[in-house]
Amino acid sequence: MSTQPVIQASEPDNYYGYRSFKKGKFEFRRDEYFVHIHWPKGNHTMPADAFLRALQRDVAWNFFYGTVNFDGVFGTLNHYGTVDMFAGRFNDAYRRAGLDYNETYNSDELMATFKAILEDWTNKGYDPFAAPEETHQPYGRKNGSNSEAINRLRVTANRMVGCPGDTPVRTDKNGFPVNRHFADVPQDAPEIHAEKGFEGEVCAYNLFAYLSRSNVTWNPSVCSVVKESLYCPTSEEFILPVEHGNDRVEWFMQLSDEIIWEVKDKETGRPRARVTMRAGDIAAMPADIRHQGFSPKRSMLLVWENASNKIPELIGQGKAPVTPVQF
Amino acid sequence: MTDVKTVFGSLQSYSKGNIEVIDDDPRNYVFSNVFDVAAKAGPYERIAVGKNFEYVIETLRAEGTSPWFTCAHDEFALVMDGQVEVRLLKLDDPTVVAKDKNGAIRLKGEPKGRKMGYVKAGRGHMTLLPVGAAYQFHADQPGVVTIQTMQGDLTIERWADICITR
Repeated sequence: MSTQPVIQASEPDNYYGYRSFKKGKFEFRRDEYFVHIHWPKGNHTMPADAFLRALQRDVAWNFFYGTVNFDGVFGTLNHYGTVDMFAGRFNDAYRRAGLDYNETYNSDELMATFKAILEDWTNKGYDPFAAPEETHQPYGRKNGSNSEAINRLRVTANRMVGCPGDTPVRTDKNGFPVNRHFADVPQDAPEIHAEKGFEGEVCAYNLFAYLSRSNVTWNPSVCSVVKESLYCPTSEEFILPVEHGNDRVEWFMQLSDEIIWEVKDKETGRPRARVTMRAGDIAAMPADIRHQGFSPKRSMLLVWENASNKIPELIGQGKAPVTPVQF
Repeated sequence: MTDVKTVFGSLQSYSKGNIEVIDDDPRNYVFSNVFDVAAKAGPYERIAVGKNFEYVIETLRAEGTSPWFTCAHDEFALVMDGQVEVRLLKLDDPTVVAKDKNGAIRLKGEPKGRKMGYVKAGRGHMTLLPVGAAYQFHADQPGVVTIQTMQGDLTIERWADICITR
């Protein structure tokens, strides 16, 4: 018999209206502008919008691959079944000062708390998945909620979007209008001429049109699958709300427009490079870095992942290189 | 009407990005551009532009009619530039490729089988190249296709030639 995860939440604050939360020895509270995080060795403050946008991705991605740094201090590290929540662990100054702190939880346990925080702290009209120009402000005292926005399901095609029985293509009718920044993207469909008996096996769709209708930003979704090779294209605008620390090599192919990536050392946060990618560019993000993207205009990015669960261990033991190709 | 402009690349017009190194080796990023690669490639050479253990992304310059290929697993072709016809044929003898073989193989001449149909694909269109089928590309004008697949006998690696190294 399974037990429900325990969520430690206070009654709503008399003035701000938000609940405070505890998980292990971590404590979270928010006011009109900020989120305050406390742990046994210290305290940290983040703007509410930055925290909620990062939290939204961590929840939607189920802690994703590797490290999700909400900023230079706080974040999570996925062990695929368990997850670490940390403060200062990937920050050179905190480590040197001995102020870093880490707790490990069953993934479902921490996820329940994160979802409860997201639900309580997201006000009516604010969508943490949206670009800033497309949503209301997250600030102020507690004002309703936005469950519809924060509970969107991440798309995971089994074979390819548009194949029979698989994830459908996006249309106006099923609730996906073309985004304002992609108003000029052609919406034509490939011409499919299937012989009788092969109607279900001759499959194609317009990926660019599909991405032009995405209603979220920085949310890679599986659109085609070759065994453990996952194409996870996504539409990007403004800033990736987290610094993603890889536990494996991750590839990016820029399908349209431009993204600038700031790349830092995964462990220390020291800057390593600035990578500017334009349409047609393809590049790897090594397994020993963290990266954060800046997309001045909404753009289309193909994130390519190898989902094998053996890779983090191989890299961690030094049995596989942190870069995909040596030349 | 809208004044927004979404920038896609093409063989004729692409602007490669760059790496500003702070404390790193640019080769760690294996950074290339599919239009740049295709511009310098022969028709239907399958050049790796991405590699993650046994998996690859190949870039092909689509020009004229390709050989017939087949594969023991699904592959996916994404047209990045141009108009490309993808012809599909159900093989009478799918054992021409071993079940555990990774990546595409080239078939000699016209394989025997039943025509499944064809797809006329333009920029941004993704086509399933299903396991058990043979496929052939045709493009009247040069175009660019990328393929999600596994590294195989036909995969060409020329990283030092295509990637930013400094």
